[in-house]
Amino acid sequence: MPAPAVEVVDLVKRYGSTVAADGLCLTVERGTITAVLGPNGAGKTTTVETCEGYRRPDGGLVRVLGLDPRRDARALRPRVGVMLQSGGVYPGVKAIEMLRHIAALHAHPLDVDALVDRLGIGSAGRTVYRRLSGGQQQRLSLALAVVGRPELVFLDEPTAGLDPQARRATWELVSDLRRDGVTVVLTTHYMDEAEKLADTVAVVDHGKVIATGSPGELTARGASGTLRFRATAGLDVSALRDVLPEGTQVHETLTGHYLVEGAVDPRLLASVTAWCADRGVMPEDLTIDRRTLEDVFIDLTGRELRA
Amino acid sequence: MSTQPDAGSLSFHPAPAAAPLPRMVAAQAGLEVRMILRNGEQLLLTIVIPVLVLVLFASVQVMDLGTRAARVNFLTPGVLALAVMSTAFTGLAIGTGFERRYGALKRLGATPLPRWGLLLAKALAVLAVEALQVTLLAVVAQALGWDPRGSALAVLLLLLAGTAAFSTLALLMAGTLRAEATLAAANLVYLLLLVSGGIAVPLDRFPASARPVLEALPAGALSQALREVLRDGHGLPWGALGVLLAWAAVAGTLAARTFRWE
Repeated sequence: MPAPAVEVVDLVKRYGSTVAADGLCLTVERGTITAVLGPNGAGKTTTVETCEGYRRPDGGLVRVLGLDPRRDARALRPRVGVMLQSGGVYPGVKAIEMLRHIAALHAHPLDVDALVDRLGIGSAGRTVYRRLSGGQQQRLSLALAVVGRPELVFLDEPTAGLDPQARRATWELVSDLRRDGVTVVLTTHYMDEAEKLADTVAVVDHGKVIATGSPGELTARGASGTLRFRATAGLDVSALRDVLPEGTQVHETLTGHYLVEGAVDPRLLASVTAWCADRGVMPEDLTIDRRTLEDVFIDLTGRELRA
Repeated sequence: MSTQPDAGSLSFHPAPAAAPLPRMVAAQAGLEVRMILRNGEQLLLTIVIPVLVLVLFASVQVMDLGTRAARVNFLTPGVLALAVMSTAFTGLAIGTGFERRYGALKRLGATPLPRWGLLLAKALAVLAVEALQVTLLAVVAQALGWDPRGSALAVLLLLLAGTAAFSTLALLMAGTLRAEATLAAANLVYLLLLVSGGIAVPLDRFPASARPVLEALPAGALSQALREVLRDGHGLPWGALGVLLAWAAVAGTLAARTFRWE
């Protein structure tokens, strides 16, 4: 049984009087995508950069592929791909030249032309780094993280500042990395990104992981949701409540407007529509609000995620 | 392995391994040389200004330096020292400062290339550019009637010691100051040493009290020593060699302690 891809136990990291990591724990299983989700300043970058060997922990244990990121740096570097949050490229070097250079530092790199095609870097490849747009710089940075065919990649906010199309392209690439057996750890403050992409989400705030699990597990925790519909006025809401799971609330909020609160799942939806069908009632404008990670985050931290 | 979903798809199956060390260092040194040769401002400092100083001061009697042949024999060693200073100090400091600012050094730290490999590649790149400069300046000087003497080995040792002194000073500066501060300071030092480093103006034109100081600076030590060998045909000036190596030892030690990669 190989060691987990990443194992962080009780990580403490201080910068002067600021505590960036305050007993942070995180385990990443091999072959999975883990999203480290949290607001700016939560400790995401500190955690990732400690795993990358850039920061020396003030306390706790950090193991990457079973090795110490600082002591075993030499053994780890070929195996770990890194995408920094910004920069990382010589300002006067062309995008494709930088990519070829990093490829040349590895024994079995990816085909650079194919990677350039795949990420839509294309004509930007002949432009020097400092003249690339923010999105092009991000994509180059991502390409640099994967070109050496690593088994583990750390992506620090890989889609920050990307347009929707480029974000989707990045998501597809991250999914393909998992398909081919690469472990991915990414930081993000986008809820939808964590929800769509990650097998495991670790919610970080004030230097600690305050919740961890699959997106489904996190949103189901203390699950509540709402289902609203319009129908003829004066339906017997208590009769509807009787056919629904215990704890479900049903109200007619305005005349002909109904609100069902509870664990909204496919079965509950079927029960509501079946009950309406038995009465020959057509539920209209039926909308469902399930808890999102955003709601989970607000519940956990009492504040909104600054996106 | 598994079947490809479609022909255009790229496989990311892990195959991690570092390239052999010599290949990594060669790739890095090649990139460093290309970056230097492609940078217009750097070429101005490393090629254009030294050649201009040589041609201008040799052709025009700016100072009383004797016949044209005497002028060329005086100027060429100084301009060789200027060439070393421009590449090993000014160019290296400015380049490294901006690489640090843009996070390129940080990113490179995550690649299989070890840090000493990066430093070795930088040293090789500086030496390769210096070889180009020395060749070009020697050809121009020959055309102007240069008559070099002394031992080529002594000249080579002095150039290497000067490179060590200047490049460690450059790394000390680039590793601690902000990139903009490095840019300004490196250009200022270039200008000051161009005037006071015995490059185009003989050190004996300065007040007697200033001379020991100027001769103890790397530019003065290198230009004077090169002149003693190339113009006067003396053997290796051990004193100046010692001065240069002392600068390299002190600056190198400080740089190793203070250099910040990000």
